[in-house]
Amino acid sequence: MTTKIETKLGTLRYNIDKEAHIQVNFQLCKNCKTKSCIAGCPAQCFQLIDSEIHFQYEDCIECGTCKILCNKKAIQWNYPRGTFGVAFQKG
Amino acid sequence: MTEKVDTIVVGAGPAGSATAYSLAKTGHEVLLVERAKTPGEKNVSGGVLFGSVLHKLIPNFWEEAPVERTITKRSLIFLADDSSVSLDFASPKLGKPPNNGYSIIRKEFDQWFAKRAEEAGALLATGILVDSLLWENKRIVGIKAGDDEIRAKVVVAADGINSLLTEQSGLRKDPQPKNIGLGIKEVIQLPRDIIETRFNLEGNEGTAHTYLGCTKDYPGGGFLYTNCDSLSLGIVMKLPSFSNGANTKAPEFIDHLKQFPYISRLIKDGELIEYSAHLVPEGGYRDLSKLYTDNFLVTGDAAGLALNIGYALEGMNFAIASGIAAAKTIQRAKQQGNYTKKTMKYYQHLMNQSFVLKDMKTFRNAPAIVNNMRLMKTYPEVINNLALNLFQSNGSPRPKLVNLLLKNIVREVSLPHLMLDGIQAVRGL
Repeated sequence: MTTKIETKLGTLRYNIDKEAHIQVNFQLCKNCKTKSCIAGCPAQCFQLIDSEIHFQYEDCIECGTCKILCNKKAIQWNYPRGTFGVAFQKG
Repeated sequence: MTEKVDTIVVGAGPAGSATAYSLAKTGHEVLLVERAKTPGEKNVSGGVLFGSVLHKLIPNFWEEAPVERTITKRSLIFLADDSSVSLDFASPKLGKPPNNGYSIIRKEFDQWFAKRAEEAGALLATGILVDSLLWENKRIVGIKAGDDEIRAKVVVAADGINSLLTEQSGLRKDPQPKNIGLGIKEVIQLPRDIIETRFNLEGNEGTAHTYLGCTKDYPGGGFLYTNCDSLSLGIVMKLPSFSNGANTKAPEFIDHLKQFPYISRLIKDGELIEYSAHLVPEGGYRDLSKLYTDNFLVTGDAAGLALNIGYALEGMNFAIASGIAAAKTIQRAKQQGNYTKKTMKYYQHLMNQSFVLKDMKTFRNAPAIVNNMRLMKTYPEVINNLALNLFQSNGSPRPKLVNLLLKNIVREVSLPHLMLDGIQAVRGL
């Protein structure tokens, strides 16, 4: 039983900010061999497209995994501004 | 715009609300700041709330707080591909307040707790992200949020595992992947009566499961607990599971867990109503942040106050205990009119005296066990093979129990490893 990530994230309520709360320095990603963010992000916000990292903040569930896993310090991590981002209804 | 209060508490989770409630109740001025629109919306539970500490703060809290089920059964389950071995403990003694555990829905529970703090007189400000600490002459004098500056005599960081405030204060080292777990959870809705039948529960009884052997070749474990009309099913993976080109993505681990027949039967026909993820401090005693400096205290997950010893997991209770201790420290500092390290140090003293740091110290070697792959993978397989040999009758002569044990264990685990694991278990647990 594999559930698509879209289905999983589809259960969540978001209030998406216009500005991204996480900035990725993709220049640093080019020299990264491990690219742990791709496997680690539980919302799959990091994708490898044509061997380049792509990141989209909109689905982020604010866990902080990418920041701690990134060994290139390429991720400037913050929470979304107040009231923005994910709103768990169960938690 | 600049405002001024006595105490600012950042984060309205269990640690922050416990601090704010304790202070407000004794007539202290306290501002509780939360980034979510409603407290609880950013928080995720991975376990059971034990009642003993909160009961001291709000006697018989379970009569008014939104708790789900009283945990009267605990199980440790070793999973293999198509079999399982389970160690169950059930007793009404487990469910006897106040030393019992409750399953809770954090959105409801945290909202209730923050509201209690507000009713006691705390000023609750929601929907506000604290951007940074406010410094003056190398001392913390308040917080910055957007264009606003709010000054205070003391700031309490209760902003969770990714505590930006603790980082800025310099009290905490950069978190290392090996000391952090990623919890991923699905809340699966099922009718009450089906939950009660499937888990052999009566009324408001609940159960909590811990699973080993369900995380492929990576360190981690699984959990399940029953809410009133839903199940919370999840995994906690050590972050190094995802480094070095790991081939299993984080969300796939929970799908993997759901494929075990033991689990798929429990969640059959259930509807996924929420997916969530949250980090868990798992570095234990040695990875705690410093707890205080001038005009500043660190509580709960922000300080790394959590314990995972395989068969037990505590975090929310530790958070509440640290919040109470932080409040006592601030009350005392106010009496003395001094908020420097000299008075803040009392927090460390209180924590040292409490079961929180005593437990964390006792089990300071436990993190090594939680990283041991033989425990996560080999032993669950061995135990399942052993059980199959024990209970199956296949027409060939039965070996004696001792021979079975030796055959199953020694085949999979070398004797030196077995001894090492034994020593590690004795030291850690």
